[in-house]
Amino acid sequence: MADKLINVKLKVWRQKGPKDQGSFKEYDAKNVSTSESFLEMLDQVNENLITKGEDPIVFDHDCREGICGSCGFMINGDAHGPQKSTTVCQLHMRAFKDGDVLVLEPWRASAFPIVKDLMVDRSALDRVISSGGYISTNAGGARDANSILIPKQDADEAMASATCIGCGACVASCKNASAALFTSAKISHMALLPQGQVERERRALLMVEQMDEEGFGACSSTGACSASCPKDISLTNIARMNREFLKASINKKPESSDSGGM
Amino acid sequence: MSSKVDGKVPAGDLSTMWTDQRFKMKLVNPANKRKHTVIVVGTGLAGASSAATLGELGYNVKAFCVHESPRRAHSVAAQGGINAAKNYQNDGDSIQRLFYDTIKGGDFRSREANVYRLAELSVNIIDQAVAQGVPLAREYGGLLSNRSFGGAQVSRTFYARGQTGQQLLLGAYSEMMRQVEAGTVKLYNRREMLELVVIDGKARGIITRNLLTGEIESHEADCVVMCTGGYSNVFFLSTNAMACAVTAAWKSHKKGAYFANPCFTQIHPTCIPVHGDIQSKLTLMSESLRNDGRVWVPQMKGDKRHPNEIPDSERDYYLERIYPSFGNLAPRDVSSRQAKFRCDEGRGVGETGQAVYLDFRDAINRLGRDKIAERYGNLFQMYEKITGENPYEQPMKIYPAPHYTMGGLWVDYNLMSTIPGLFVAGEANFSDHGANRLGASALMQGLADGYFVVPYTVGDYIAGNKMAPVTTDHEAFRSANQGVRSEIEKLLSIKGTRTVDSFHKELGRLMWEYCGMSRNEAGLKKALEEIPKIRKAFWSDVRIPGEADEVNTELEKACRVADFLELGELMCRDALERKESCGGHFREEYQTPDNEALRDDENFCHVSAWEWKGTDQPQELHKEKLSFENVKLSTRSYK
Repeated sequence: MADKLINVKLKVWRQKGPKDQGSFKEYDAKNVSTSESFLEMLDQVNENLITKGEDPIVFDHDCREGICGSCGFMINGDAHGPQKSTTVCQLHMRAFKDGDVLVLEPWRASAFPIVKDLMVDRSALDRVISSGGYISTNAGGARDANSILIPKQDADEAMASATCIGCGACVASCKNASAALFTSAKISHMALLPQGQVERERRALLMVEQMDEEGFGACSSTGACSASCPKDISLTNIARMNREFLKASINKKPESSDSGGM
Repeated sequence: MSSKVDGKVPAGDLSTMWTDQRFKMKLVNPANKRKHTVIVVGTGLAGASSAATLGELGYNVKAFCVHESPRRAHSVAAQGGINAAKNYQNDGDSIQRLFYDTIKGGDFRSREANVYRLAELSVNIIDQAVAQGVPLAREYGGLLSNRSFGGAQVSRTFYARGQTGQQLLLGAYSEMMRQVEAGTVKLYNRREMLELVVIDGKARGIITRNLLTGEIESHEADCVVMCTGGYSNVFFLSTNAMACAVTAAWKSHKKGAYFANPCFTQIHPTCIPVHGDIQSKLTLMSESLRNDGRVWVPQMKGDKRHPNEIPDSERDYYLERIYPSFGNLAPRDVSSRQAKFRCDEGRGVGETGQAVYLDFRDAINRLGRDKIAERYGNLFQMYEKITGENPYEQPMKIYPAPHYTMGGLWVDYNLMSTIPGLFVAGEANFSDHGANRLGASALMQGLADGYFVVPYTVGDYIAGNKMAPVTTDHEAFRSANQGVRSEIEKLLSIKGTRTVDSFHKELGRLMWEYCGMSRNEAGLKKALEEIPKIRKAFWSDVRIPGEADEVNTELEKACRVADFLELGELMCRDALERKESCGGHFREEYQTPDNEALRDDENFCHVSAWEWKGTDQPQELHKEKLSFENVKLSTRSYK
């Protein structure tokens, strides 16, 4: 595909630290090749800023191939920009026209405090996982991998949920800043597999509780999360989480502390 | 042979060696384990699996990652799969065959005992992953599915679509997070290790920079497990993530850990070609694509026709032509070199002429578009996003790119470096892949090291060494901490005119030109003259805006590039010293009449382990002789 050179204007949220007042600053990105990625365009803007003695725009990024989940900010109000199923690092400048004005803002959610400029702290998502997003199994002693058959459809469906990259776009797009899509993807992934059955109910209760504790909002089923998800995580996951949570709440038994005779 | 590079390979038969060794190891009483602290640096496959397992055993673990979340470590990007000698396909696989394929794939430059153990443990990894809920691909009957990878004639690669690394990492990460919840693992995110602390000759801690506050922190422990990945970013453009660096390994090297085979780097044959000067990284297209894709170039030089208009009779399917028994699944080093030869002949394609075709036309005609989409859908989508071209309609254009480094810190059979108490696992060590790594073997090694080797050998070390208690007030900690502060102050005080990236790109271009896919004496000597000049310019003219005590991404990059500028020189020296061709190390002077690598087993059947001798002093070379008692040293052929 033939490359073109375009000019775009950026309005970028600049904020020195978590407690500082932020504001939008304007920058021109000139002679940008349409074959560049969005982050490569920002790299160029930053190289110019550094040469002029100014602070570069800070944004999280790492793999630049859409899998680590580090990157993400709003472009003109869309999480990860205008292209469907695409992280911002995979977005290329051919998605834009000469003269476009692009407003870049960090993810906004009280559970994701701003660190600097477009960088936020999403460690709340890690705490949701550590509250119960695992199947307890110590290394060693696992039985043969083929000893439990898993129907292909179940494995495929679990995989579809497990592809979540934890970028936080779902939270940023949701008017309630809910983490329901993220949390439900993990609950679904494990509820669909035979290995996940033992802790299934406990997991649903603990993860939902932690999600609430972190200050994420409630889900009101607008579907903005799934529409902005770069990995196309489906809303079905949220429906499943709600079922899992309800069932677990009804079946909830008090935990016994009996550790056997010592 | 220097005694310091004694691999400590136990005596006895390979097939029972690891079992015997485990029995001989000392144990730490369950009640005492929590009294011992282990630092794990890095949370990729090797780090997360080490931290999780050590935590499960009851040790007090401190896990460090440079990312915001441990789930973002670059293992997440591995696409194609993980090998295991399960022989579920009944196609002749066995531990012995995986062992043999890996030794041969590494061109007979790895240690037999380590590789055998890796093959042996491979089967446990798959069991472990499935138990954790890793959704590996299944057949309709519910059994696990396999695909083929380069350098093997059996189907032994397990996979989760094109996201195998992600799924295995999330498995290890979730088990580690379970230990965080249980209180055995304490997680330190956004921390970069900038120094190793050695007390009485033993590794006792690390110095880190808190990337959010800039604070220089000291952490003490009984021992350190380093799982910090490879150094492909020395080339600037590589398939590695932006933060991948040699820094932790290099600082340890300067504290006494030998660096082994630095010139053994893997150039992966199937990556999306470079598009321009602004490019920041290269994207891999999984080797699994070569199960169904056919690699070709036009027979005619400078053929500018659209690929779909070039008839079969005018195409050169060169891998199938040269290597009829392995065809498109020839190993990575061989495939990369052949792509370079075709482009050097003037038969490369695309605007730059630096690309070859990877064509799915025949597979789509044979299996249908849906089947191909099911196998590789996410890769095809990724290709289209980056290039704007649809690989269902026309062949992909691909070219080799730096991807993995077989070299790394030298370790013995117990994965311990030349510094007692410093263990090195995963890509950061040199141990298992010789001069070339086979596809789908990196995930296998990272997890074998982390789940099944390190937890045993760390226990043996702790039980066998009485260590005086230390605190971070110890003089060694204070001076290491001060050393890191001084280096940062020095970098910030330069206030020159050039950006960090400009130096990194200059080094990268030089390394790619002279120490990349093929090397020769004149080129390596030229690089050895140029690198010190770039280093000098860097230390006098780099411009780093901002302060030390805040988020400062340019400072982070500068610390990493400073170390790449030293590593690059050692890579070139190692490449110059190794006067033979083997695996990914291709010296133009040493090749067969048909351009294959020509080994010199008489003089170079050894591991080159380099010892740091001080700033501005050349490193000293130590050789660990490799002996092959179970596999016959032979010419590696895929014809």
